[in-house]
Amino acid sequence: MNAWLLLLPAAVLLVAFTHYPILATIRHSLFISRRNGTEVFVGLDNYRSMAADPIFWKALINNFWFALGTIPTSIALALLMAVWVNRNMRGRGFLRLAYFTPTVLPMIAVANIWLFFYTPDYGLLDQLRGLFDLAGWNWLGSPSTVMPCLIVMVIWKEAGFFMIFYLAALQQLSPDLEEAAAVEGASRWYTFRRITFPLLMPTTLFVAINAVINSFKLVDHLVIMTKGGPNNASTLLLYYIYEVAFTFQDSAYAATLTVVLLVLLSTLALLKFGYLDRRIHYQ
Amino acid sequence: MNGRTHPLEVSAAWFLALLWIAPLAYAFWSALHPPEYATSFSLTAPLTLQNFVRAWNQAPFGRYYINTVVLVVLILIGQLILSTLAAYAFARFKFKGSGIAFALVLLQLMIMPDVLIVENYRMIGKLGLLDTIPAIAIPYLASAFAIFLLRQTFKSVPQELVDAARVEGAGPLQILWKVYVPLARPTYIAFGLVSVSYHWNNFLWPLIVTNSVESRPLTVGLAVFGAPETGVDWSIITAATVMTMAPLLIAFLLFQRLFVQSFMRAGIR
Repeated sequence: MNAWLLLLPAAVLLVAFTHYPILATIRHSLFISRRNGTEVFVGLDNYRSMAADPIFWKALINNFWFALGTIPTSIALALLMAVWVNRNMRGRGFLRLAYFTPTVLPMIAVANIWLFFYTPDYGLLDQLRGLFDLAGWNWLGSPSTVMPCLIVMVIWKEAGFFMIFYLAALQQLSPDLEEAAAVEGASRWYTFRRITFPLLMPTTLFVAINAVINSFKLVDHLVIMTKGGPNNASTLLLYYIYEVAFTFQDSAYAATLTVVLLVLLSTLALLKFGYLDRRIHYQ
Repeated sequence: MNGRTHPLEVSAAWFLALLWIAPLAYAFWSALHPPEYATSFSLTAPLTLQNFVRAWNQAPFGRYYINTVVLVVLILIGQLILSTLAAYAFARFKFKGSGIAFALVLLQLMIMPDVLIVENYRMIGKLGLLDTIPAIAIPYLASAFAIFLLRQTFKSVPQELVDAARVEGAGPLQILWKVYVPLARPTYIAFGLVSVSYHWNNFLWPLIVTNSVESRPLTVGLAVFGAPETGVDWSIITAATVMTMAPLLIAFLLFQRLFVQSFMRAGIR
């Protein structure tokens, strides 16, 4: 039995839709296409225009704030949820269900529901403001509030997913540790801070790096909520690539932007496989 | 864990849970009541299925459902077959270049088809598949993740079982089918659940490669239906939203534990 024969079907598709596209992306980033369909080699010109493109920088900076806004808070909430669900608490089945449910919903459905919360005047948030005689506010239409609004939604969507990793880690911890701490008279908070939390550090790192990788791929909601606006205040790198490629039809520049995304993702992945896997043992 | 939790903490946990379930509960409320109750919550509000009926009649959701089901089944079957064969090759055979080949497979874990939209669109165009269901499926058929998970599982299959099968005259493919596959059942289930959820929910790539009712999955259909330009009223959009997520939500409620475990396995790798 030839092993290569077994590999062949998967290999063909992997080459066609992963390896070849990666190389083609790099190649296309060095060319521009003329109107008549011919391609002209332009060296690093596309990269120079990218460096001078304020929207590119805006998207990159937005990605940074988006990650910073969503990740630490979802991780903190996830940890809290996991600690609670792991306790012998009344109705913990319901708690786990409630926390985890957003994870299984399509992002596009979530965006639809939250879109309504943020609708000016008629939406739920403005109706609540109305109770206090506050005027309506265009939440997603104002550069100052659009990002926080999206961040809150994504925290809601992701915290429950991160919770399950903490839950798994907590269940591996020996109960003796907590008992010993309790016998010594340590308070619950002290035990958590000095014993549980440090022991969960590998999980925290693992979840954090996965969350960063994920934050570069999360753009579905932008398509129906903001289209990257207002004035690019909510655009993210992958969404900008999508716009450049399919709205502005500039595939050479889209390829150049994709190269940046590929470099970012590979760096993060190397960090994860190289550095983290040496220090953390899951299996 | 033992000991009693402080009542204040219990209340906080419940408060957070109710807060977390609220957006979903709200979607159901709005979908199940007449439009005038979309933002006024009253216990006497009459229940209705009219919003669902109207959503169903205003857009081809029946077709979208069929498209999505065909899509996730196609992807799952393709992934299971291709990754089983590939994982078997990696787990059981020693061959030259297997290390490099495996590294090249793992590359897809860091650079998923989701970010190669520009070049994959070109490729699909060259293959003449634009605006078809296979166009959505093809980039995902070879799953590095499935190959990785199955290879791990296959490696733990005891050699004695393989030897016993061989003594009975089984060939390599029979050994795969009779020994490896049955033992990897939990892995198949975990991967299957994650794959189905992922592709049921996937949006950006299907949005890019589809352009007609015949190929659009539910998520894209919902986005087209709910676009502000269409002026459809809110209660109907929430009804459509509920329809889109209902099958997965029901499956999740029925097999909660299995879902959580599968997502965990998938995430940890």
